[in-house]
Amino acid sequence: MGQSPAYMIMFASDQPGLGKMTPGLLFLLVFCGGFSIMSIELLGGRILAPYFGSSIYVWGSLITVFMLALSIGYLLGGRYSLRNPSLKRFGSLFLVSAAAVLPLLLAGNLLMDLVFEYVDDPRYGSLLASMVLFFVPTIALGMISPYAVRLLVEHKDQSGHIAGKLYFVSTIGSALGTLLTSFYLVLYFEVNQILVAIVTTLVLCGLVAVGAGRREPLFQ
Amino acid sequence: MKLTGFVILLVLCGIASAEITLHTEKSLYRNIAVVEQDNVRCLRFTVKRRESRQTCIDTADSDNLVLPYTPMMFGGLMLNPAPKRVLLLGLGGGTIAGIFAQLFPDISIDAVEIDPAVVRVARDYFGFTDREGTRVYVRDGRVFTRRATRNDERYDYIIIDAFNGDYIPEHMMTREFLQECQELLTDDGVLVANTFSSSRLYNSESATYASVFGEFLNLRRRHGNRIVVAGKNGLPPGDWLRTNINRVDADLARFSIDLERILSLDRGSDWRPKARVLTDQYAPANLLRGASD
Repeated sequence: MGQSPAYMIMFASDQPGLGKMTPGLLFLLVFCGGFSIMSIELLGGRILAPYFGSSIYVWGSLITVFMLALSIGYLLGGRYSLRNPSLKRFGSLFLVSAAAVLPLLLAGNLLMDLVFEYVDDPRYGSLLASMVLFFVPTIALGMISPYAVRLLVEHKDQSGHIAGKLYFVSTIGSALGTLLTSFYLVLYFEVNQILVAIVTTLVLCGLVAVGAGRREPLFQ
Repeated sequence: MKLTGFVILLVLCGIASAEITLHTEKSLYRNIAVVEQDNVRCLRFTVKRRESRQTCIDTADSDNLVLPYTPMMFGGLMLNPAPKRVLLLGLGGGTIAGIFAQLFPDISIDAVEIDPAVVRVARDYFGFTDREGTRVYVRDGRVFTRRATRNDERYDYIIIDAFNGDYIPEHMMTREFLQECQELLTDDGVLVANTFSSSRLYNSESATYASVFGEFLNLRRRHGNRIVVAGKNGLPPGDWLRTNINRVDADLARFSIDLERILSLDRGSDWRPKARVLTDQYAPANLLRGASD
């Protein structure tokens, strides 16, 4: 009994739910999820500005939608982990997130044109556009952390420790996503190029998780 | 005791000739200060730094344009000497709107200003007065132009004066934004923009204007702002500009606006030709502004 030493949590690969995946790799995936959330939110300001300006209410709309979506995502991620938790399902969260970013990438302007057409007030315009563009992907991204808790926790006495570590890694990812995007990425790349990189990363994360969860080892 | 009295006297003299702060206000977007010294009253957005003067007026002589960039904003009259409908993006103290109204009594002016506090201060401290043809819209400039293109509005003189020293609204410096402005111009319409003259932003911004308007007048003094004067369909020939100068020169003399001199400030295409064009997808104007050339 008692708490497992930290290195066991980080490096043990014998958790029944984890298959070929090490906890370290799982933390990396959670980090990528946290990074993506804030990178997309920062880009959201840039995406909305040509239609709704860059005033404080545009950021208000964005942050409201992201917070709302994350709260729902945490709830749904926890619920989803109740039945047959597996790496395959965990990986599917990344794949769904990636797919949910696609409308933003492929039809963002079209959707904002529509909102702009029908909503005159840029406050409600930006709120509605944020809802249309960012709500679903952010819910999916928000499901990742609680689901990861379920995969990593074996004993309830570890649960707080593991949850704390996951929050830590996910939020560090968010901090870095915010910093890198606003300081450097927008200086060198177009918004859509950054979004493509995020989608690619999420797809890779999803495939890694699904691959590691297969009964047969992926790499012999 | 004598020494103390002397020091107090010195301090009092200092105060007498120092600038007086008439008004300060923390608005949603910035700190606003109205200061006055020797009959020159200025609107400032940063209290600490002197160089962020937005608008200044001469309280003794309203025809005296204090800031050197202000006359240059009338350089567009070389392309269109008789504008009927003006769009002003960024009100400041309302000086430019006021001069247009005096030059062309029948002119219609749509002034767009994001900050309601600036509009109030323009009215209370800078003599910006409501007149029949002038409408003030408190909203984001880009939101206004986008809506205006949908409504097929047309202007023959568009002024972009929305950039202050501290923060640039990046969505008002992109190719797509300039294309919206171009669409809003009448065939003989002219766009005049108060923009930046240094750092990497100068190159990128110039390349962006060139990508939309082709050739434009690139007006720069040795220091300070750069003024872009662009026609909807490029620049008319030089003799056309001269004809227009002769047409309006007499009216402008009252404000000491010398179009001939302003035309001589044209530096042509002196930016780096390979500079990256700013778009809605790539608009790091504030970051570029901090980067040296």
